[in-house]
Amino acid sequence: MKKVYSRPKSLKPAHFHYCPGCGHSIVNRLIAEVIDEMNLGDKIICVAPAGCGMLIYNYFDVDCLESAHGRGAAVATGIKRVRPDNLVVSYQGDGDLAAIGTAESFHAANRGENITIIFVNNGVYGMTGGQMAPTTILDQVTTTTPVGRISEKAGHPVRMCEVLAVLDGTSYLERVAVHKPAAIVATKKALVKAFQHQMNKTGFSMVEILSPCPTNWKMDPLQACKWVEDVMSKQFPIGLVKEVQC
Amino acid sequence: MKKLMSGNAAAGEAAVLAGCTCYFGYPITPQNELTEYMAKRVPEAGGVFIQSESEIAAINMVLGASVAGARAMTSSSGPGISLKQEGISYLAADELPAVILNMVRGGPGMGNISPAQSDYLQATRGGGHGDYRTIVLAPSSVQEIADLMPLAFDLAEKYRNPVVVLGDGMLGQMMEPVEFDHIKKPEPVAKDYILTGAKGRPSRMVRSLIFDVKEQEEHNWKLARKFQRIEQNEVRYETHLVDDAELVVIAYGTAARIAKGAIARLRQEGLKVGMIRPITLWPFPTKIIQETSKTIHDFFVFEMSAGQLVEDVKLSLEGKGRVHFYGRPGGVIPTPVELFRIISRHCYQIQRVKKS
Ligand SMILES: Cc1ncc(C[n+]2csc(CCOP(=O)(O)OP(=O)(O)O)c2C)c(N)n1
Repeated sequence: MKKVYSRPKSLKPAHFHYCPGCGHSIVNRLIAEVIDEMNLGDKIICVAPAGCGMLIYNYFDVDCLESAHGRGAAVATGIKRVRPDNLVVSYQGDGDLAAIGTAESFHAANRGENITIIFVNNGVYGMTGGQMAPTTILDQVTTTTPVGRISEKAGHPVRMCEVLAVLDGTSYLERVAVHKPAAIVATKKALVKAFQHQMNKTGFSMVEILSPCPTNWKMDPLQACKWVEDVMSKQFPIGLVKEVQC
Repeated sequence: MKKLMSGNAAAGEAAVLAGCTCYFGYPITPQNELTEYMAKRVPEAGGVFIQSESEIAAINMVLGASVAGARAMTSSSGPGISLKQEGISYLAADELPAVILNMVRGGPGMGNISPAQSDYLQATRGGGHGDYRTIVLAPSSVQEIADLMPLAFDLAEKYRNPVVVLGDGMLGQMMEPVEFDHIKKPEPVAKDYILTGAKGRPSRMVRSLIFDVKEQEEHNWKLARKFQRIEQNEVRYETHLVDDAELVVIAYGTAARIAKGAIARLRQEGLKVGMIRPITLWPFPTKIIQETSKTIHDFFVFEMSAGQLVEDVKLSLEGKGRVHFYGRPGGVIPTPVELFRIISRHCYQIQRVKKS
């Protein structure tokens, strides 16, 4: 019998800690598949964030460093400059990348560091219990926006791909999602492309992944997927934001 | 061959000669000469220089470079060192080597850009969050900066812990003849903890998150045992005219130099004053102070702060001996003559008490 589905080699035989319906687990699996298919297991160095993605080092059977909250792009810079032939990938959430780590993300992008950021945008601070994130959309209720996010008081949702697109150092920026099969397939392709950009040393690459968080959105997994489709992707349009010649 | 160099530049040259291949920094006075020196020198030597967007970024780049196996350093002064504390705590938790140079200036807050010793407690108590220590080396001349930089890298790697070199604006900016001939490039050592891509070996992880409290406690005790070993093996100090002394000055860095000038005058007056100069501020030379207190009862702590080193002297003495204190905070640089007057007054007072 032909085997059509199995655990990627670069995933350890561990149980994910993610909640039911959480997009992180899909993203983790996709990354592992791409590592296997591109044969990157002995080349990649992953940087884990503070956030729901922080335990990726328990899952990926590759070299991993855990970064302080938001500093992923800076530590990835340090690693990559010392080891330019390794593939350096920083995995970050929206609070990590676009709030506490904005300066590190922005300037790594501006320097055109040859690193890849995998940016899981779930619109909230998942790990700390669902507080407002820089990507929380207007009127979205979170534990720190109990009547919904009001721009006059709490600002506007940040579109990080578009923010970084204006910087000359960025080489590949694409927004994808993991709420339906076709989107998942596109996400995997985007990961491959980002890694190719890094291997070709074209500059900074980032894949932003719209990712459901049923637990903190107070929805069931299906509702959460529908919300990504109907609401979130209106605020964060899915598609290629920038690509320079690879 | 001796060269005339500022302390900042000498620190950079010594670091490069000692195998430092990565420098990350953000400008702040009074250490800019070092960042500028490294901007030219490190790439010439084939290494990595980045002017980072902040001190937070710089220390995290150091962490990245260190976990990738390089000898990496950063430098700053007071306000920037405060920003680096997060990263220093992670370096200690992850057991990664790094060298951090602080050319201290007057504080708190923005303070000023004059030499000060007001970051003593921050440096010697770890400085960031959690149970950890950093080795703290305190040079008192440009030559000693050049001598201690290679040691800083060696100790950082030996113990896999951040090492702080604590100077001040005076040491950073004054120029003195300095020799580097003794500095040898380190032999490459195999590091079994660094991340290189899991080629032909099991994958590695470097992390500080330990949810299990028992495991975290174990990790903390492991660090504590390491710090005990450092305390046993790495104490460094200089004694100066202590044997016949009736009063012993305790001072480090620039303050120790000023004190030496004062002691020369005091000796001319026939006043028997000596000095213990801690070179490692952590681990602190507690034993020699305790030993000395068996025969000498008066200790005079002199520092360019409102009183920080004096706490360690009191802790070392455990209530024995008398501790006199003179401090000048805020970036003031006291003169040897000023110190001579203050110490001689104490000496005469001690003699009067002894007579009566
Ligand atoms: C300096 C610091 N501040 C705060 C925290 C607490 N903290 C951990 S994760 C996190 C937010 C994570 O949210 P996000 O980056 O959006 O990732 P998610 O968990 O949603 O995937 C916060 C605030 C921390 N670890 N360090």
